[in-house]
Amino acid sequence: MYDFAYHKPTTVADAVKILAADSDARPISGGQTLLPALKHRLNKPTSVVDLSGIAELRGIKRDGNKIVIGAMTRHADVANSAEVKAAIPMLAMLASGIGDPAVRNRGTIGGSVSNNDPAADYPSAVVALNATVVTSSRRIAADDFFQGMFTTAMEPGELLVAVEFPIPEKAGYAKMRNPASRYVMAGAFVAKTGGQVRVAINGAAACVFRQKDMEAALSANWSPAAVAGVKQAADDMNSDIHGSAEYRAHLVTVMAKRAVAAAG
Amino acid sequence: MPQVTLTVNGKTHTVEVEARTLLVELLREKLRLTGTHVGCDTSQCGACVVQMNGDSVKSCTTLALQAEGATVTTIEGLAKADGTLHPMQEAFREYHALQCGFCTPGMVMSAIDLVEKHPQGLNEAEIREGLEGNLCRCTGYHNIVKAIGAAQEVMHGRSATLAPAHAAE
Ligand SMILES: Cc1cc2nc3c(=O)[nH]c(=O)nc-3n(C[C@H](O)[C@H](O)[C@H](O)COP(=O)(O)OP(=O)(O)OC[C@H]3O[C@@H](n4cnc5c(N)ncnc54)[C@H](O)[C@@H]3O)c2cc1C
Ligand code: FES
Ligand code: FES
Repeated sequence: MYDFAYHKPTTVADAVKILAADSDARPISGGQTLLPALKHRLNKPTSVVDLSGIAELRGIKRDGNKIVIGAMTRHADVANSAEVKAAIPMLAMLASGIGDPAVRNRGTIGGSVSNNDPAADYPSAVVALNATVVTSSRRIAADDFFQGMFTTAMEPGELLVAVEFPIPEKAGYAKMRNPASRYVMAGAFVAKTGGQVRVAINGAAACVFRQKDMEAALSANWSPAAVAGVKQAADDMNSDIHGSAEYRAHLVTVMAKRAVAAAG
Repeated sequence: MPQVTLTVNGKTHTVEVEARTLLVELLREKLRLTGTHVGCDTSQCGACVVQMNGDSVKSCTTLALQAEGATVTTIEGLAKADGTLHPMQEAFREYHALQCGFCTPGMVMSAIDLVEKHPQGLNEAEIREGLEGNLCRCTGYHNIVKAIGAAQEVMHGRSATLAPAHAAE
């Protein structure tokens, strides 16, 4: 790992100031993605800005019909939160299935959503639940946030502050995990919120995406059988040593069926 | 150089580190606590797991500076001063839950956190799920799972002594 300077600001404003002054500075949350990347010398930040001293970034609260989760909230905290379990149990379930216990004890929702790894879990929930991403300068709708592999609408120096999840009537998640890394091979998050159905597919393509044919099928008939007949085209699916594009396309339908069954 | 102050196995240290120093490097190279192992550079094997502020964490994927003010327990901090092993260590011994021993410190630290967070008890499937972040190249996991199953009874006070391995067959 190359060396860097280390900053530990206590407010979002101070963190943004440090990042604005140095375009090669990088925020660190749980470090569960950034540190492995730095160890492999995949990038060389001049300084690392530790967000763990910023109290305003931490915590989970219910705000009317929304659950608001601060960026620095760890996967283990979401998995064990009584508030999340009561309002959106599938979101707690999703968090409890990320990586392994030690990863969940450090990794955060802010780091995961900012990183937009195609094989990450959270982006599917953000899209299917039509969440709003709150940053240090604006509010971004889920549909506008995830833009491509490891790419989001956030500008360099912009910090993810919180994610606001509207509470759905129904929600379900299912994923096929890579047995070695535990990352998602293909996953589906299905939700019905205010009568609107959204289906988000993660792991299968370069970026999380909405499966609109499945949304139409579930709008007409909310049942596993309704999505069973919807085939995902293999064209844009990932193909790698873990699975071919055709395999992932097939998994999309299987995972969607399981997600609807899980939602009830 | 930056400094970090932390408490390891009950003793407080202030150490100069580079910003890039990992917690595992601080433990092994500065404090000479070499029980914590490094088995990979991809954050996947769990040989480096320690407890930090009551949670299991991968010390190879934590900066030393991120442990500022933290309370850390490593494998060296488990046995009593008179040498009496922690029930989890005793169970690993009794159940032959190690062969080469390389993964063992991380296994034991993960297992203790797992058991402490599940006072209601864990079944075999839950123990296996809880060990997802710890790889073992030798044992096939079977005896590790049995050891944790037996240790939890002692740790939660449901049994005064460890069930002997032969009785569990
Ligand atoms: C062994 C292992 C298994 C894993 N398995 C899974 C899995 O099954 N599913 C899954 O989804 N993930 C998995 N992960 C990834 C894990 O969930 C990470 O915790 C997560 O992707 C990143 O969160 P972090 O808090 O660790 O972020 P960091 O590593 O600290 O940061 C990640 C990136 O986001 C940037 N960043 C961090 N916080 C902010 C912020 N608030 N605003 C703007 N930018 C920010 C950083 O600069 C960096 O580029 C795994 C990781 C490991 C090591
Ligand atoms: S050394 Fe392998 S996970 Fe830390
Ligand atoms: S005992 Fe050898 S790696 Fe586990």
